[in-house]
Amino acid sequence: MQTNSARPAIEVRDLVVGNGDVTAVRGVSFTIPQGGRMGLVGESGSGKSMTALALMGLLPMGWSTRGSILHDGVDLVTQSDRALSSRRGRTLSMVFQDPLSSLNPVRRVGDQISSVIRRHTGADKRTAEAQTVELMKQMNLPRAEQLVRAYPHEISGGQRQRIMIAMALACYPQLIIADEPTTALDVTVQKQVLRLLNGAVRDRGSALLMITHDLPIIAAMCDTVAVMYAGRIVEIGPVQEVFRNPRHHYTRGLLDSQPTMDNIALDGSSRLVSIPGMVPPLHALPTGCAFNPRCPAATDKCREQMPELGAEALRAACWHPLAKVGEVAAQ
Amino acid sequence: MAIYALRKLAFFLGAVFVASLAIFLLIRGAGGNVAAIVLGKDATADAINALAHTYGLDRPLPVQYFDWIVNMLHGDLGQSFRTKESVADLVTARLSVSIPLALSGLILGLIIAIPVGTYAARNVGKPSGAVLALISQIGIAVPVFWAGILLSVLFGVKLGWLPTGGWIDWDESPVGAIRSLVLPVLSLGLIMAAVLIRYVRSAVLDVMNQDYVRTARAVGMTRTQALLQVGLRNAALPIVTIVGLQIAELIGGTVIIEMVFSLPGLSRMILANVAAREVIVVQSTVMLIIVFVIFVNFVVDLLYGVLDPRIRNAA
Repeated sequence: MQTNSARPAIEVRDLVVGNGDVTAVRGVSFTIPQGGRMGLVGESGSGKSMTALALMGLLPMGWSTRGSILHDGVDLVTQSDRALSSRRGRTLSMVFQDPLSSLNPVRRVGDQISSVIRRHTGADKRTAEAQTVELMKQMNLPRAEQLVRAYPHEISGGQRQRIMIAMALACYPQLIIADEPTTALDVTVQKQVLRLLNGAVRDRGSALLMITHDLPIIAAMCDTVAVMYAGRIVEIGPVQEVFRNPRHHYTRGLLDSQPTMDNIALDGSSRLVSIPGMVPPLHALPTGCAFNPRCPAATDKCREQMPELGAEALRAACWHPLAKVGEVAAQ
Repeated sequence: MAIYALRKLAFFLGAVFVASLAIFLLIRGAGGNVAAIVLGKDATADAINALAHTYGLDRPLPVQYFDWIVNMLHGDLGQSFRTKESVADLVTARLSVSIPLALSGLILGLIIAIPVGTYAARNVGKPSGAVLALISQIGIAVPVFWAGILLSVLFGVKLGWLPTGGWIDWDESPVGAIRSLVLPVLSLGLIMAAVLIRYVRSAVLDVMNQDYVRTARAVGMTRTQALLQVGLRNAALPIVTIVGLQIAELIGGTVIIEMVFSLPGLSRMILANVAAREVIVVQSTVMLIIVFVIFVNFVVDLLYGVLDPRIRNAA
């Protein structure tokens, strides 16, 4: 019997998400310990958002989940909507991408936060409202006492996302899922919001699952990173190791296609590399390794057999992993 | 909100003014000599002139228009040429039939449409949702008079529970009045529900897929709670719009129902007076109805402001 503190914040085993026609997530497994931080990266359509929604039990109509999602002593996959709803916002919660469309347009932002507190803690109206103001101050929202009465359209994008984060963190969840939380924001406020999210998650001792295609964000905020491609995790490991020394050719490609001061040439002759080809559509995945049509090292084996993520030693699902620095590749 | 309401009030008054001008000009300006129309083609020139003089029809049109408006504002809608009855009295008597009929029909329609439409939206793609959509389609296709006749055959003729038509006045017997309204209200309400179900269904479907409904669930609401507490509140806007349009349509809808069930309502009165060439009665009653429709739109606009902070702030 594990003690509560040793139990991971979430343990996902062989997660499969599909709607009968297509399978968006094809056997994903990972574990985030209490207070751990994992980044999930990949291109659009790689299945990272579907993974997040499956963890929350918020998949669109017609989509279903197989496998197991262990959280707080229960398997979320087997839970009813009612049972899940009592956990959502309390033990696990989520920050969405677009705060404008994600907040109820006809309700005051303060009411939206305080109703979460009242729902899960049973606090009376006055207490919940006081906590809301306090929470909004923690989120560095200006004039919190007045701002509680604002509607979402009356405040800035950065403020809206802070409100969204306040709602997600109000009940000190064990796990917070953030799905591209800054993509819809101005570049100038992205950093502020991330810093705030980072601090708030740390203060609460919550675990974080950060979904983004922005690798520097992962490097700054997470300790583990999982790279997804076509519904599978192709490489997973400690952030520093994976980024410094990628083993999967797709991870290498992702890293090479990130703009940095080094590879953006000011004279226009950009040396930015892109991965050739496109993400395959879910209904027409190639056999074997899904990355093989775009992979520089693909062989017949890659076209026939699907590589699995191995034990600790083999952290990339690849038949021909890239060599460690100073080591010859195993062919 | 105050500024928003004042703006909408100004629109309302402006629309009423334009409407009054249009009615007056269409009926009086384009209609030729009113006195001659009223008296028919066998009337002598003297008789026509005398009538015109008695009713002030020989004065310049702007003066007549001004008089008409001032009198209406004082509650004087003019009088019938033939019976000398005051139009205000005529209309009031008819409204005691028409208002309960239209209002109950609308309320019945909403009581059916909101839960059924919501249910249909939640079960889209399932057999139960498809069956409801089909029933609603059939309901839309059925003309209101046909529904009325079927209901009156079933409950009036076969079962004998309710009168097949006719009217017992409220003063005479309130129960009798209600009994004579049941079948007309039922036919009107069912047809109205069929139309409204479709709008409620699509409004709820639209709202159900909104990100903020997902957020409501992400912070602890069940699917049903999110739909009822967040979804319906946001779906109210399109539903209010269509209800406003339906109220305007009810006026036409009741003509047929009043005919089928021989009710002495406002719509039948107008038809009779058009046939009888009662120019003043028609002019004033049509004006009343138009003011009512514009007023409903005004109320719908105010409701927008109440329901959606984005709209009231934009003003």
